[in-house]
Amino acid sequence: MNQFKIVLRLAWRNLWRNHRRTLIMIAAIVIGAWSMIFMTALMRGMVDDMIADGISVLPGHVQIHHPDYRDDPTIANVIAPPTGELLEALDGPGVVAWATRVRVPAVISSERDTRGVTLIGIEPERERDISFVAGDIAEGDFLSSRDDRGLIVGRKLVEKLETGLGKRVVIMSQDQDNEIADRGFRIVGIFESKLAQYEEGFVFAGEGTIQELLGVGDAISEVAILGSDYRDIEDLYRSIEAAAGDGVEVLPWNEIDTYLGSMLAMMDGFVIVFIVVVFLALSFGLVNTLVMAVFERVREIGLMLALGMTPRSILSQIVTESVLLLTIGLAIGNLAAIATIEPIKGGIDVSIVGEGMEMMGASSVLYPALYLKDIVMANVIVIVLGFFASLSPAWRASKYDPIRAITKV
Amino acid sequence: MKSVTCKQLCKTYHQGDIKVIGLDQVDLEINEGGFVCLSAPSGGGKTTLLNAIGGLDTPDSGEIWLAGERIDNLGKGELASMRLHRIGFVFQAYNLIPVLTARENIEFVMEVQGVPAAEREQRSTDILAEVGLEGLGDRRPAQMSGGQQQRVAVARAIVSKPALVLADEPTANLDSHTAEQLMELFVELNEHHGTTFVIATHDQRVMRYAKRVVHMLDGKIVDDEQRDAA
Repeated sequence: MNQFKIVLRLAWRNLWRNHRRTLIMIAAIVIGAWSMIFMTALMRGMVDDMIADGISVLPGHVQIHHPDYRDDPTIANVIAPPTGELLEALDGPGVVAWATRVRVPAVISSERDTRGVTLIGIEPERERDISFVAGDIAEGDFLSSRDDRGLIVGRKLVEKLETGLGKRVVIMSQDQDNEIADRGFRIVGIFESKLAQYEEGFVFAGEGTIQELLGVGDAISEVAILGSDYRDIEDLYRSIEAAAGDGVEVLPWNEIDTYLGSMLAMMDGFVIVFIVVVFLALSFGLVNTLVMAVFERVREIGLMLALGMTPRSILSQIVTESVLLLTIGLAIGNLAAIATIEPIKGGIDVSIVGEGMEMMGASSVLYPALYLKDIVMANVIVIVLGFFASLSPAWRASKYDPIRAITKV
Repeated sequence: MKSVTCKQLCKTYHQGDIKVIGLDQVDLEINEGGFVCLSAPSGGGKTTLLNAIGGLDTPDSGEIWLAGERIDNLGKGELASMRLHRIGFVFQAYNLIPVLTARENIEFVMEVQGVPAAEREQRSTDILAEVGLEGLGDRRPAQMSGGQQQRVAVARAIVSKPALVLADEPTANLDSHTAEQLMELFVELNEHHGTTFVIATHDQRVMRYAKRVVHMLDGKIVDDEQRDAA
């Protein structure tokens, strides 16, 4: 304890021996820490936005469907609606919302044009809580019931088809007997999404109406389930999987939408790489500072060794200096990053690069997302790597020969 | 009881391509409470011998015994511990740690030894008064004169009551008056505390205070003179 006290005191005082050098190094660490946390928050915000948007469009957090549905997403691969144990699980704790859907590829035709789309039969009341469409109606109304005969279409699709609210379009798909199933729908609502691809790719109708059109009785294509946090779905997934039993496939969102899943995994990896790269740039300055500090104190280190201080204490002293330097820089850098992020948490308008953002599946407003785990990770990585970076000069100092060090000119 | 015993000490080192004999079969015994000066011209071996006795340098051959314990075969860690607990050092220059105050410099060895804070403070206060630096405890080395700094170094060397104090040219950077004061302090500590002093010097003013002067030349002891101290 005594050794630690004296090591700490010497390290702290030596740190301030050369104010200018120490302050420059602290400034570099502050900028490094700030950039690590700030940029991570921006990237997290972008990915969160992409994932939240992606989840709100279709997958939910967990999905149930026929084992062959993902390979052949047609009406041939349907499942029975939830009953019994599965229904209890869906209405149980951990499930925020759930909805059944009939989802098939289809063709939509106006009097002007024809397009391929994904036709989704929904339960309006349940869907309201789970996907974007109810909240994004820009014109007209949302569907009123599962037997509603109207159609919800995206703005971009309306423009392509040169049709409009109140006009009739024809939807054509294939029923279970591989026969053409078609019927006319009146457009009762137009939705606008952050992403053009959604507006062009999806049309929504009442689930009952689509079941009737396709002749599948009460069969459905999927059950989408929403938990409380897309990052923490393991328990939800396990409970639904257990309740669903055999004959269906239960998948978490990151396996349903592998692009989103890999985006999240890539983001975690990218954050670590980014932090390490910033640290490597910092480490040159840090090691240089410590080497200089040791070089200037050769005689003093020799004196302490001659007086009986152990080489380990000398090593601890240099490493402690490094850790103190990093701690001060990180503390200020963290505060600066938090102070910068808090005022812009409401969103940054990046519409100037909106098209590029849209291509990546993100919106043109970026919401920085500051996570404690990212701050902790950045700090821990810097402290740990800083510790190792300082070992080399510290090791050299501890190996000095006392007499040669004292008499060094 | 012998404080220091050296038997057949040999040490050579190289300066570039030149082989220099530091110690050449040195035999030396110093009694407890002795006040010995090692006198030699530059390169005569006095500092090499002092460093060997202090465990700062290892001889090529021969034996060194301190208070009955052989030290020339100890490891680095054991030597560090031996220096910490049994020897006080006063070097020619650069004796103090610049970032510590005079009091903290004095307490440094005790702190490393693990002496409790209250005891350290009491002993450092007493020793500051003893070396004539009362009231200067909070000054850093840069705020003190060369003589005052050497006094702090002496205070640090003796405050933990070591059996042996080794001083290498302690007066080299001091004016005559300060050098005299320092030597009188050494004598006083030698007489009152029974501390053994071994001082490497070629300063005649210092030798005047010694009870015994060991003359060296080219790493050999050429004369061993008993004196009546000043």
